[in-house]
Amino acid sequence: MRYLMLICNDETAAAAMSPAEQEQSTARYIDFQQEMGSRGLLEGGARLRPTSDATTVRVVDDEVLTGDGPFAETKEQIGGYYLVDCKDLDEAIEVASKIPHARFGTIEIRPIWEMDMP
Amino acid sequence: MTPVEAAVAEAYREEWGRVVATLIRLTGDWDLAEECAQDAFVRALEHWEHEGVPRRPGAWLTTTARNRALDRLRRDATGAAKLREVTTLMAADEASPHETGPVRDPVDDSGIDDDGLRLMFTCCHPALSLDAQVALTLRTLAGLTTAEIAHAFLVPEATMAQRLVRAKRKMRNAAIPFRVPPAHQLPERTRAVLGVLYLTFNEGYAATSGRDLTRQGLCAEATRLARTLTRLMPDEPEALGLLALMLLHSARVATRTDGAGDLVLLEDQDRSRWDTDLITEGAGLVEQALRRGRPGPYQVQAAIAACHATAPSHADTDWAQIAGLYGKLHRLTGSNVVELNRAVAVAMADGPAAGLAITDGLEASGVLEGYHLLPATQADLLRRLGRRDEAALAYRRARTLARTDAERRYLTRRLASVEAAVEPAGESVPSGG
Repeated sequence: MRYLMLICNDETAAAAMSPAEQEQSTARYIDFQQEMGSRGLLEGGARLRPTSDATTVRVVDDEVLTGDGPFAETKEQIGGYYLVDCKDLDEAIEVASKIPHARFGTIEIRPIWEMDMP
Repeated sequence: MTPVEAAVAEAYREEWGRVVATLIRLTGDWDLAEECAQDAFVRALEHWEHEGVPRRPGAWLTTTARNRALDRLRRDATGAAKLREVTTLMAADEASPHETGPVRDPVDDSGIDDDGLRLMFTCCHPALSLDAQVALTLRTLAGLTTAEIAHAFLVPEATMAQRLVRAKRKMRNAAIPFRVPPAHQLPERTRAVLGVLYLTFNEGYAATSGRDLTRQGLCAEATRLARTLTRLMPDEPEALGLLALMLLHSARVATRTDGAGDLVLLEDQDRSRWDTDLITEGAGLVEQALRRGRPGPYQVQAAIAACHATAPSHADTDWAQIAGLYGKLHRLTGSNVVELNRAVAVAMADGPAAGLAITDGLEASGVLEGYHLLPATQADLLRRLGRRDEAALAYRRARTLARTDAERRYLTRRLASVEAAVEPAGESVPSGG
């Protein structure tokens, strides 16, 4: 069963971290990825640039409308994601609880809608 | 009701959840499991009439439901792969009836009714909303119909049906596992199960003042499920505590409202009408639980209820012990409402001034702001100290905050009595009644 884990937190807090704190955070992520990698659960993941670098695109009447910023203004933003393959939701919850940002923000677990391709 | 109908009805109460649970484990399909269980009970009505009631009705029903599921999967073309999976599981089941899955943990070792416990934990999975947990538990474990559950929770049947469909869909799509959680998750998940049962009981209990029998039936369902849980988790003292608490509340249910449906305070209840069998059993369970030396909120609440239920009268209640238990409960839960209850008990044990010291502390901290029972309690203690002007002010404050007409009527009566400066006989603020 595959799940996408969306790492949501207040990106202004992330921007305000000192170099030492950033280093510590990176070390925690390396530990997390090592553990989940060795358990064979990790299929992908990345840290995302802040929403100030985001661009939105919509097509209305065949016209491409491009905008600045994220889709919605919210208190927490998606700062990264992991794609994992777990036995069931309980294992996914366990993995999510070990993502370092689970302590500062929220991890949203979304089951992948698997498509039967012909 | 014929004897066979009675036997089927009893089997339904006792075995429904277990039959459904086993079918869910075997097929992984909640709807199929429910439909096949339903079929099995219908067939029982016919077959038991001719062949007599089987020695083990549960086994007969499970086998019948299982065969029905196999038939259904055979006829369903897309069920071929599923069928192979299910027949493999069933063969494994027959080879060793208690070895039912890869997950083994201490509570499973009793070997009794693993499926029922799996079902209980799965219905109460925290990834489901609390509403959905309660609905699933009542539908799947207790066998209530969707219409009955909707009625009990005062929502339209379509809303409840939708809630159940969504919960089952999430269970499937998000892969919520059908199992007893592993040891490290067990305490948290057990609390969730106990919470769902207690919420269900309270819904029924709140309705006991009315004439709504469906809602009141929730008390019996919740008590039955709690009893099952104590059998499935014999080492969990909180399950015993919860069952004891339910029995002790049930013992007093007939006396807690008057003919007009108004609440009767604990001290005014006719103790001769309390159910002594339930009290004896409840009080026994509390002792049994506390002997394990792992107290928890349900055990302590049950101990408080036992103190009340076994006291010969309101005045001859062991208030010092109740105050101590509320102190313990406050340490366990951090609840400020519990602290308010402690104030009432302390006032009974050591006099109104001692109670007032606690309520004044609560008021100063502002943690119970807007909660009408704080000024109502203060008013009562002030009245007993003869400080009538302050009491009247506090009653007025409480009346502004009260949420129901019955509460406002009560507070108006109390206000009138202090303003008339006449000491009324035998009324005080509710204390855990």
